[in-house]
Amino acid sequence: MGGKGRGIGAFTFNVEALGIGRGSMPEARVGPNALFPNIDFKPVPLKVGEDEDYMLALKQEMRGTMQRLPHNIKPQSNKAEVERYTERYLKQRLMEDDNWSPDWNLLPKELKPQIKKTCAKPGTKKKSVKVSRKDAEEMLTKLDKLDKTEEGNPEKSDDETEKKTGNEDEEIEEEAYEEEDVEENDYIENYFDNGEEFGGGSDDNMDTEATF
Amino acid sequence: MTSQAVRLCGLLLREHFGEVVEKVGTHLLRGGAQNLRTIIHETGIPLDLVKKSLCVLVQHGACVFSSDRKGTGSPTEYRTSCDSILRILRYPRYIYTAKTLYGDTGELIIEELLQRGHVTMSSTVKTVADRLTQNMEEGCCMDYNEVTSAFSKLVETHFLQRCPLMAGAGTTASATPATGTPTAPVSIAVPTAESFPDCYKVPHLTLVGRGKRQLCGEDGEDQRNAKKVKTDSQTHGDERICWQVNFERFHLHFRDQAIISAVVNKLDQMSSEIVRTMLRMSEVTTSPTAAYTKPLSANEIFRSLPTSYNIPRPILDQYLTLLVDDPMEFVGKSGESGGGMFVVNLHRALANLARATLESVVQERFGSRSARIFRLLLRKRHLEQKQVEDFAMIPAKEAKDMLYTLLSQNLVQLQEIPKTPDFAPSRTFYLYTVNQLPTARMLLQNCYKTVGNLIERRLFESKESKRLLEKSQRIEAILASLQASGAEPEQLTEVEEMITATEKQQLEALRLHINKLDSAENQVDESIFLIESYVTSTASTS
Repeated sequence: MGGKGRGIGAFTFNVEALGIGRGSMPEARVGPNALFPNIDFKPVPLKVGEDEDYMLALKQEMRGTMQRLPHNIKPQSNKAEVERYTERYLKQRLMEDDNWSPDWNLLPKELKPQIKKTCAKPGTKKKSVKVSRKDAEEMLTKLDKLDKTEEGNPEKSDDETEKKTGNEDEEIEEEAYEEEDVEENDYIENYFDNGEEFGGGSDDNMDTEATF
Repeated sequence: MTSQAVRLCGLLLREHFGEVVEKVGTHLLRGGAQNLRTIIHETGIPLDLVKKSLCVLVQHGACVFSSDRKGTGSPTEYRTSCDSILRILRYPRYIYTAKTLYGDTGELIIEELLQRGHVTMSSTVKTVADRLTQNMEEGCCMDYNEVTSAFSKLVETHFLQRCPLMAGAGTTASATPATGTPTAPVSIAVPTAESFPDCYKVPHLTLVGRGKRQLCGEDGEDQRNAKKVKTDSQTHGDERICWQVNFERFHLHFRDQAIISAVVNKLDQMSSEIVRTMLRMSEVTTSPTAAYTKPLSANEIFRSLPTSYNIPRPILDQYLTLLVDDPMEFVGKSGESGGGMFVVNLHRALANLARATLESVVQERFGSRSARIFRLLLRKRHLEQKQVEDFAMIPAKEAKDMLYTLLSQNLVQLQEIPKTPDFAPSRTFYLYTVNQLPTARMLLQNCYKTVGNLIERRLFESKESKRLLEKSQRIEAILASLQASGAEPEQLTEVEEMITATEKQQLEALRLHINKLDSAENQVDESIFLIESYVTSTASTS
């Protein structure tokens, strides 16, 4: 039942059945809707009255108060070294301490902030500290001697020191920290290139290479 | 959790609790129930901040946690829902209601509880007494007893309730699952506040004293004093009992108010008094999700009417008949004993109020003739194009235009009824119809989007004039400190002149804009409340 006109307004069925005449089709769309279209009916003005004013004041007060309470968590920001002038006055308005603690009966235990325990086992650690200290110092002196004599040996002596001092599994970590603290560096000398030779080397070569 | 609702929740959390809590909250909203590890891993926020944010959310009732489901040793899961966060928008209305019912004391109690989430009775009483004393004249002090009695009254009328104890409370038989959680496939026994028998019992307090007036001397001294007051904490016998606001009760109160004001607008003051009496009588006997109040006989109503109205019995009967016959169907007759048994149709009233809201929205956006078509379709359900034109008495071309506009805005739907199984257009009836519930849901989402836009605009305006606002804040602070330390008027005027006239104008315009935006948020919230109540009422009956 193709319509007489091709293209726009051609339907596959008899349009009259829908009650729409050919001429009364709405305009075809050109592009997406405007972002801020013109509206024919302006919105009704807001209610005004005592109640509304009071609630408005309540809302603004509540917002201000809640922003000053310790509930308001700010992302950790680096404090400027010099305190700005405004902050002195704004700080006076901050309420309460930062240490607000809720009632832990009502919250799951895992949310309780835990005080970090720096020393796990004070008793046993002291022993191991002493042991490792002694050993470490011995190793250090050995190493110093070896450094002066030969450069190749530090490899072997490093392995030896680690085997001897790493007795129990628990203490290895703490001792490793101790070793790092005490030794100057445990880089193997000849793996690391200072760059001193590079400068000298290229200076020599500069004359021969072509410069651009 | 639609995207608009989640966006609005994010904005509300950011305004009241900061950006960290906003991130955690929106993550929980989008992702459903999660445990602590997942949250940390997916948001990338450090552990202690996440813990603090979860504490804040649970404290304010926005988040619930379920520990050790099925006893398998699974980690605690945290869940939050849009409803509990969207309530923040309604805080001013709660406080104002408390003020109208219980005066300034009640207002401050509710305000304290809303700001802090869960508080014990003794600390609330102390803080409120201090604040009231601050505002009273010199030499007057607020006694703790008055505040305690106001608190007890609030508890008696169920506006406040005890916080439920969550940790390992597997022994209590779970009542209804907590409101706001979607129906979970596994029945997670989350005890609500109502499932505890003492949730409305006021503990016996040993709290004697008066409010302390804070001397506004130097601010540093103030803080020291405040700290001192805190450290001398005496035990008052209610250490473990925290109280929270019972939002459901406030919502029931708002619903009753909406019904009564609708009756006033439709009929008259006297009928609204009768409906108010009926609602008051059924406050305690009706459950929150009931469709009707308990039937009340005309004799009972007559006895409980306030005596100041002095209505003779026959007039009361006439009023009741009027109410029953009214097409709004607020009051229904359920029997003849005792002079006639009457009920208030709560769900139907809510549906009618929502319908009125929808009609008013169409009227304000598309004009009164489109509104006539809309109302016609609501009443007559399904109509053909020709019938719409005839019944609405609008010329064909304009009726067509309006119908298509409404159709494109999705306020009106098209229903096809085929004569032949192949749905050939020439042999199919096309009927226009309006489905009230889906349309109401769509409008609800529009409301959420509106409030989100209002908040964003307000934040934008404040950010634009941030420098100006800071300057004015600074000057106010300087003025205050100068005045406190007793300065001469010339110094004060000198400081005031630091703001130029144009800046003052700008500030004034800014303040006007922000007030308008804030006020608009409050008023959109009224529509949100109505439509939400309607949607939840249909959900509970179906």
